[in-house]
Amino acid sequence: MLRTEEMLLNVGPQHPSTHGVFRLVIKIDGEIIKEATPVIGYLHRGTEKLAEDLTYTQIIPYTDRMDYLAAMTNNYVLCHAVETMMGVELPDYAEYLRVLAMELGRIASHLVWFGTYLLDIGAVSPFLYAFRERERIINLLNELSGGRLTFNYMRVGGVKWDAPGGWFDRVQEFVPYMREQLAGYHDLVGGNEIFLSRVKGVGVYSQETALQYSLSGANLRCTGVDWDLRKHEPYSLYERFDFKVITGETGDAWDRFKCRMGEIEESLKIIEQTFDQMPAEGKTMAKVPRMIKAPPGEAYVRIESPRGEIGCYINSDGKKEPYRMKFRRPSFYNLQILPKLLEGENMANLITILGGVDIVLGEVDG
Amino acid sequence: MSWIDQLLQSPPGWSNFLTFMALGSMMLTITLGFVTYAILAERKIMGAMQLRHGPNQVGGRFGLLQTVADILKLLLKEDIRPAHADRALFIIAPILTYVPAFLVIAVLPFTEAFHFADIGIGLLYYIAISGLSTIGIVTAGWASNNKYALMGGMRAAAQMISYEIPLVMSVVGIILFTGSLNLIDIVNAQESLAFIFLQPIAFLIFFIAGTAELNRTPFDLPEAESELVAGYHVEYSGFRFAFFMLSEYVYLFAISALITILFLGGWHDPIPYLELDGPGLGAIWFSLKFIGVVFLFIWVRVSFPRLRADQLMEFGWKVLLPVALANIFVSAVIKEFFF
Repeated sequence: MLRTEEMLLNVGPQHPSTHGVFRLVIKIDGEIIKEATPVIGYLHRGTEKLAEDLTYTQIIPYTDRMDYLAAMTNNYVLCHAVETMMGVELPDYAEYLRVLAMELGRIASHLVWFGTYLLDIGAVSPFLYAFRERERIINLLNELSGGRLTFNYMRVGGVKWDAPGGWFDRVQEFVPYMREQLAGYHDLVGGNEIFLSRVKGVGVYSQETALQYSLSGANLRCTGVDWDLRKHEPYSLYERFDFKVITGETGDAWDRFKCRMGEIEESLKIIEQTFDQMPAEGKTMAKVPRMIKAPPGEAYVRIESPRGEIGCYINSDGKKEPYRMKFRRPSFYNLQILPKLLEGENMANLITILGGVDIVLGEVDG
Repeated sequence: MSWIDQLLQSPPGWSNFLTFMALGSMMLTITLGFVTYAILAERKIMGAMQLRHGPNQVGGRFGLLQTVADILKLLLKEDIRPAHADRALFIIAPILTYVPAFLVIAVLPFTEAFHFADIGIGLLYYIAISGLSTIGIVTAGWASNNKYALMGGMRAAAQMISYEIPLVMSVVGIILFTGSLNLIDIVNAQESLAFIFLQPIAFLIFFIAGTAELNRTPFDLPEAESELVAGYHVEYSGFRFAFFMLSEYVYLFAISALITILFLGGWHDPIPYLELDGPGLGAIWFSLKFIGVVFLFIWVRVSFPRLRADQLMEFGWKVLLPVALANIFVSAVIKEFFF
């Protein structure tokens, strides 16, 4: 009998597949993982603490930097929380602009996930195709907000600017284009035997486990739980739109892939419906005081970000800064199931499972 | 008796020493010239398939000198050796990988007149020598004293055992039809019909196993970037790294040439009965078929994700090997009754 030893291996924080500065300390026997310990905090910037010294408008750019792949939803959750406390009614036009921006952001975020996931699995080309489409979205959002990654577009009570001339046409042109490309992705990746063999049956967990670990987003829906805050706790104007909640069955990486790709399709539907419903023009800001002060008390709002349920808790003592602010960051919660999933898997599956969780380290570390 | 045999049997002297030198340098120039432009071609083709331009700055707008510049850069880099590496093995590993890559080229007949060594067991020689490179890779993984490198080296060893056997088995059908292991005899047996038509399954198995031998996507497990960072050569930099890189592309050259010889009829014209086998045409036919095979390898690399280590082994043992064995049986039956 050969004498074997367990080996302690540091995956990250400079590993190419940890999507940022995430570190995993794993004990491996050959290639089989015996124990995995995630180490986080390399990108911690103390957003919540910093927010206590900033006015509400000043906090908005900080939220951009949490989930930097879907900054629009982060903008929204903060503004939504403050508006809930102040009881501001938004003009429809501003809300439609927000929905458009958020859904475009959702598609862009899922595209980045798709590309980097395939890169993790070893295919280089889909990454570049996904980024071509994302580039178009980024350009659209750039025209809208003036930023490519950190948009800082929404304000308490509305949005910063109206869309520039011709912008709606360009978004409308994008929708059929994206549909066409999506069909191409399914041809290139969804039907590839090697890809299927890499993701099917990998990283399986049950509905109960998903709920116990407080997973949300595609990580929860892949197990078959029909839960999407846009549908079940409608915020903004989402009750006016007709879209499906994509759910999986088995809870493996393949279902997570299908869920996210399906969500791109549903977001496109929402964007199309926006144009049918939207007033031609309107006010971009509600009437809000020059100095925004949330009334004393507390509020917690939650919305559906591309990664799951993002929540914002504000405790205000009536000043222009929050007394205490807390974000429920979905990546952080989704990551907690990782040590359980990784036990007994091998190195290649580690990457498949970690990539499938879809973490953004800026959000995990806050 | 060919001129090369006369040369080999002549008494040693300055004149034949210089001739050997010249021949060796010629072989090296052809191979390295191929490697230089194969890397460029790969980057250009991958670029075109991935919406990029590829190299377009160094050496004109086609980037003709990009690879030269890259290799020069690697030459100028500091020679870094990790403090806890096994010094002797660390230095010898790139050489162990690189030398067999060049040794195999000696037996490849490019045209009827242009080949270096005409040995009776050319095919066996190729397969035996090319397997040696894996020892260099395992050595590199071990000597680097790096856990990722070690895992890459171990994967390389496991992968070699899984693909080498189907690789050998797949060509047995051809040996049955030809009755010879000599590569020139094999090419001449395809004068009327290339073996790809007689042995399509063997071609597929050989191509898949060949991709695994080259450590290219979808079988690039020993250096899987997203899992093992760079695998066995993670600690190597500068020209030692270049040795690994070069040997990889020399093998691409060798295996593409071998596929051309074994399955595509080497220097014979692709359409039989056209009588286009002129003296200079052989080189053209060979190059065209050869470029096609290289392109196929690049295309596969762009298109596919990576297999998992256990899946590769399962595929090698449970799919490729039985199919290859069945292919031998069917070939034997066909040979017995129809030829």
